[in-house]
Amino acid sequence: MAAIVQGIGATAAPSASSNKFLLSSLGSSLLEKKRNFFVVRSDGKCYTGLNQQQRRAQNVVTNAVATKEEKASAAVGSKPGHELLLFEALREGLEEEMDRDPCVCVMGEDVGHYGGSYKVTKGLAEKYGDLRVLDTPIAENSFTGMGIGAAMTGLRPIVEGMNMGFLLLAFNQISNNCGMLHYTSGGQFKIPIVIRGPGGVGRQLGAEHSQRLESYFQSIPGIQMVACSTAYNAKGLMKAAIRSDNPVILFEHVLLYNLKERIPDEEYVLNLEEAEMVRPGEHVTILTYSRMRYHVMQAAKTLVNKGYDPEVIDIRSLKPFDLYTIGNSVKKTHRVLIVEECMRTGGIGASLTAAINENFHDHLDAPIVCLSSQDVPTPYAGTLEEWTLVQPAQIVAAVEQLCL
Amino acid sequence: MAATAFSASKFTQSFSLNSTRSVDRPPLFPASHPLKTTPSSFLGSTRKLSLSSPSSSTSRRRRRRPSRSPAVVAVSEVVKEKKSKSNVSLSNPLITNEEGLELYEDMVLGRSFEDMCAQMYYRGKMFGFVHLYNGQEAVSTGFIKLLKQEDCVVSTYRDHVHALSKGVPARAVMSELFGKTTGCCRGQGGSMHMFSKEHNLLGGFAFIGEGIPVATGAAFTSKYRREVLKEADCDHVTLAFFGDGTCNNGQFFECLNMAALWKLPIVFVVENNLWAIGMSHLRATSDPEIWKKGPAFGMPGVHVDGMDVLKVREVAKEAIGRARRGEGPTLVECETYRFRGHSLADPDELRDPAEKARYASRDPISALKKYMFENNLASEAELKAIDKKIDELVEDAVEFADESPLPARSQLLENVFADPRGFGIGPDGRYRCEDPKFTEGTAQV
Repeated sequence: MAAIVQGIGATAAPSASSNKFLLSSLGSSLLEKKRNFFVVRSDGKCYTGLNQQQRRAQNVVTNAVATKEEKASAAVGSKPGHELLLFEALREGLEEEMDRDPCVCVMGEDVGHYGGSYKVTKGLAEKYGDLRVLDTPIAENSFTGMGIGAAMTGLRPIVEGMNMGFLLLAFNQISNNCGMLHYTSGGQFKIPIVIRGPGGVGRQLGAEHSQRLESYFQSIPGIQMVACSTAYNAKGLMKAAIRSDNPVILFEHVLLYNLKERIPDEEYVLNLEEAEMVRPGEHVTILTYSRMRYHVMQAAKTLVNKGYDPEVIDIRSLKPFDLYTIGNSVKKTHRVLIVEECMRTGGIGASLTAAINENFHDHLDAPIVCLSSQDVPTPYAGTLEEWTLVQPAQIVAAVEQLCL
Repeated sequence: MAATAFSASKFTQSFSLNSTRSVDRPPLFPASHPLKTTPSSFLGSTRKLSLSSPSSSTSRRRRRRPSRSPAVVAVSEVVKEKKSKSNVSLSNPLITNEEGLELYEDMVLGRSFEDMCAQMYYRGKMFGFVHLYNGQEAVSTGFIKLLKQEDCVVSTYRDHVHALSKGVPARAVMSELFGKTTGCCRGQGGSMHMFSKEHNLLGGFAFIGEGIPVATGAAFTSKYRREVLKEADCDHVTLAFFGDGTCNNGQFFECLNMAALWKLPIVFVVENNLWAIGMSHLRATSDPEIWKKGPAFGMPGVHVDGMDVLKVREVAKEAIGRARRGEGPTLVECETYRFRGHSLADPDELRDPAEKARYASRDPISALKKYMFENNLASEAELKAIDKKIDELVEDAVEFADESPLPARSQLLENVFADPRGFGIGPDGRYRCEDPKFTEGTAQV
């Protein structure tokens, strides 16, 4: 059975249903261009990550999604695992990938000597040198473009936005080049870039530092977006994003960096396109991602006490949506509540509502309810800021309303 | 409107007042600046080409290390002196016979191809925005013919001739323009997005300035390979081509800074044809001398006559050599001109016919031809043979493009992602890319 997450900041056991284990470097040389690796699915099937040409010749895996399995014990393995904070997990993932492949490099403001404004790259510049962990001048559009040019010519850069909001300046490069170059070049150039950074509403950071860019980027064709929420999935998604040949935008959250969790000692890579079952249930499907997961789990405690049985899914993959996990859940509970931190208009929730309506309309007993932040620039005042976001009490009320 | 006429006097006046050059050096511009009323023609340029050996010019070249003195100025020593018209010597021409023919062939290819593009456009074989390079061939040929296959070129939407010079077959470029599946980008890029992995042409960009960071990234990779991956012989150079309009864009300045900061092996080539669609360079730029902006960032800035392929080539040799040796970037401003409008949709009414005529008389192809005859580097027959060969090549390219198939529907969803799992998992639990409709191009993604 999958472990149940207890609440905000709790040390949770890793969710079992989406564990994938990596058989460590099966003879893949560091410098080879094709990123060969094996992923063992929890249903036992094996597939190789291949480049495009090879894939055409290969049979692709037919069952893409792991079923929930009693892997909790196997997931942790024989070793006890180690405890760390989310930003350390990100760093660990990053370091492992940089050790594995010398073409992986980091660029961003203050990532080198300063160690990253949220300490994700602390110590890496000393270990790998100033060129591999590059401190850039304050020129987001240009250094993102530089990352894209480097990716086209064989490197695997990770571009850090000191705050996701700053990447608005890089929108030109992200939309035109990152997303589109593979297509407009007829498949000749791939852009294996990872763009990551902290976003979301923090503690009174003001409107411009509290932006949620996932809604702005979601229409760009050719990119993938993932959001991490626990130390476990942060490390797994970081590694998966780096290994992916697609451009991936990894959304982290300013307030989640200090979450402590015990993660496995063995190497693992998560699946970029899959959602995570946080708490299985019967009455209502609650879809969420990033920080709202914790508001939802807090509300879930209250709901359980009141006799409800919510199923909580952390969608993780913001683009594309994992319609299999979500669909299975909808077919079981017939009620959907989406809780997100994005703004109401044109947010991830809006797209998700449309996708679920299109695909699973017949299975719904009630209209989909979407709780999002207010369409308001995040105010500085603490009280106002609190009211722009979805709070656990609202979630409880919404579930009660849905399950009437 | 004779926009150039009224501003000419204004400009030259301010120029002499603002000169920041050290007094002992004669100013580069006075007689040869395009805005002066005395036009500089190819052979009549007062800039003299010196035939001094590289070593002496090396000693004259400034070699300041990072702590730059404020006196780093545009590199006049990089500009060679040319023998004056009255004294054309038959000894020591700048190029050999083979080189001359290669340059001539490349420029004629560029010209014929672009002329054919115009024809094909008006016959409805290609659509959209097509930007032709007529008149600027000297810049493309002068620079790109000095590169190796592994060196990278980044261009703008005016990229057909850069692609041809870099080695992309004319057939592939023409097919791409016709939108056929045999095009260099499978018909998915079009006129403004020419790419070639084989020839290291990194695009083809529709927005101005957005290619410059990509070029900076390619140069970064070259440096990374040498210093981190320890590939000691990696000395790949990147050339970034862009226009005068781009030089007012933030990405230009940001990349000049980064390239100079990290001494990236890149050459920034400004094709200053004085016009950004209908916006005259003088009306858009506070200080129109673009080469001056190089030293502001700590790299040499050079101005060269972009209608003269030999001058461009000499400057290019220096700049590319600098980059290859790891000495860092160079900013080269090529004064050039496009004989046609901005694109095939541009009525081109703003430019003064006198200005056009002046530059037409400096046609780089005729100029090279003349040079080769005068220096006995080629005969009329040889050049005619090349003309004929190119005509046939371009005709063949059109035929090939005509006969090539249009992309099938199945091509629609390919190449969106390098890893098509990026389309996600569908409701049935399988990856969308496994859906048979996906390969047919009709799948819902």
